[in-house]
Amino acid sequence: MADLKATRDAYGEGLAELAKEYSNFYVLDADLAKATKTITFKKQYPDRFIDCGIAEGNMIGVAAGLATCGNIVFASSFSMFAAGRAFEQIRNTVAYPHLNVKIVGTHSGLTVGEDGATHQCLEDLGLMRTIPGMIVINPSDATQMKAALRFAVEHDGPVYIRGGRLAVPVVYPEGSITYTAGQSYRIAEGNDVTLMFCGHFHELTAQIREKLAELGISCRVVDMPSVKPVDRKAVEDALTDTGLIVTFEDHNINGGFGSAICEVACEIPCTRQGPSVIRIGVEDSFGKSGTPAELMEKYGFTVDAVCRKILAVKAPEKLNQL
Amino acid sequence: MNTESMALEMRKLILTSVYHAKSGHPGGSLSCTDILAVLYNEEMKIDPTDPKKADRDRLVLSKGHAAPALYAALALKGFFPKEDMVSLRKIYSHLEGHPSMKSTPGVDISTGSLGQGISAACGMALSAKLRKEDYRVYAVLGDGEIEEGQVWEAMMFAAHYKLDNLCVFVDLNGLQIDGATKEVMGSDPVPDKMRAFGLNVIEIDGHDYDAIRGALKVARETKGKPTCIVANTVKGKGVSFMENQCDWHGTAPKQAEYELAMKELEQNG
Repeated sequence: MADLKATRDAYGEGLAELAKEYSNFYVLDADLAKATKTITFKKQYPDRFIDCGIAEGNMIGVAAGLATCGNIVFASSFSMFAAGRAFEQIRNTVAYPHLNVKIVGTHSGLTVGEDGATHQCLEDLGLMRTIPGMIVINPSDATQMKAALRFAVEHDGPVYIRGGRLAVPVVYPEGSITYTAGQSYRIAEGNDVTLMFCGHFHELTAQIREKLAELGISCRVVDMPSVKPVDRKAVEDALTDTGLIVTFEDHNINGGFGSAICEVACEIPCTRQGPSVIRIGVEDSFGKSGTPAELMEKYGFTVDAVCRKILAVKAPEKLNQL
Repeated sequence: MNTESMALEMRKLILTSVYHAKSGHPGGSLSCTDILAVLYNEEMKIDPTDPKKADRDRLVLSKGHAAPALYAALALKGFFPKEDMVSLRKIYSHLEGHPSMKSTPGVDISTGSLGQGISAACGMALSAKLRKEDYRVYAVLGDGEIEEGQVWEAMMFAAHYKLDNLCVFVDLNGLQIDGATKEVMGSDPVPDKMRAFGLNVIEIDGHDYDAIRGALKVARETKGKPTCIVANTVKGKGVSFMENQCDWHGTAPKQAEYELAMKELEQNG
């Protein structure tokens, strides 16, 4: 069984590792260093860490000012307060002048768990991907988070990286992958359906693939951390080869990853009948308190619930075999 | 050009640019004209031939709607031809309605959404501290703008990190779009509030050049805390029928008004 590690832990470690190579970046946080794990960086590089207190709007402005002076800046908070509260500061003071600020929001999605709806950001992918010039990445495991960080520090311009609180399987061996804007990772082959996900869905998609295989349906699985830009080729190939895409995101199905895939899919000519995309995500609601596992079940992120949706489109006659 | 002459030329350029644009913000541009004139003509280390020079002093016009005043100062200092001023707000122009650092030489940060520039000014000042560089950062806030909570987040930050290389002007002209600041959202007493947030506060007449010079000298010599210069100003300063009229916040003069204003400036100049 794979080791478990939260992408937030990889964020803190990744920053400390990159700091050895890159002397020109600073890390800001808004009184959440212990939670976002920037504390790992802070302990090793106290002179390059600036706590901005509980004032996310100001933190983003400070990051922008630092960036105008030739610095690379990582600005960290929970997704809700970085992408949510400071949306307009990111839009106007960071992205409009295309400054070199990397916004990292941890504690995204339902898997925040017990803190409940106020802290479970289900809107950040939608908010961030509407901003011109913003790169939006939702890594699926710790290794991919580190690869995304390396990309971010080397990329000239604003980047939003979405991290999580929950410890999830480390799927890619440490250091085994690189990331560049628009990259996706095909992790399993199949002919009938393509499962595309961003974030922590390795386990669920693997389980769904196994279940559907028992029913004679083969699934391609593609890990797509790049919410913006989307890997168009992967979407085209999925529709051409399998005819149906199922998207997974720990986010509202409106405006996020599934929507981004739909925007590409609707531009691809298609002769087959029926839907070409099924979006799995939070169906236009807020979260609530509970354990991550309980929340995943309550909001429909289960093998059974997803398989039913896929079979209803692909093979309704097999629904009674579930 | 002496500073008094530069301020007069700035006022003419502000009116001319807003008149040709048929929209814009003359009132709040005219109230901070004298402050910007002293900063650009006397105080700041800048090089119009190298607008991005690393060790230059920075100016953040946090009240970005006063863009015509900033553009006038930049044009007169040679960052771009002053003839460009008539292209303000036009589709082909580099002079955006609010300052854009990607468009206009000499603009140090894009502003316009109130309350945000001052945070960026803190970041610039912090960068100098972190990198042991000795440039200074100047910011100009509007007194309506300080109703934004982010301004106070930034003030807390500036004092906490002892940004004594940051000097913040409050252009206290007493008026905002919907009326007098006292009536719309009372923010008095501004000096006391700034003091309580940990800034070194100096109150001046924002149209008195010697007072501006003196305050800037005190700011430069003050160590360990940022300085806030609360400048009492007149909205629309220099044009009699615009002075202290909040309707001139965001209204362009019509031809007869423009001609009258220019005549007045000539006579009083």
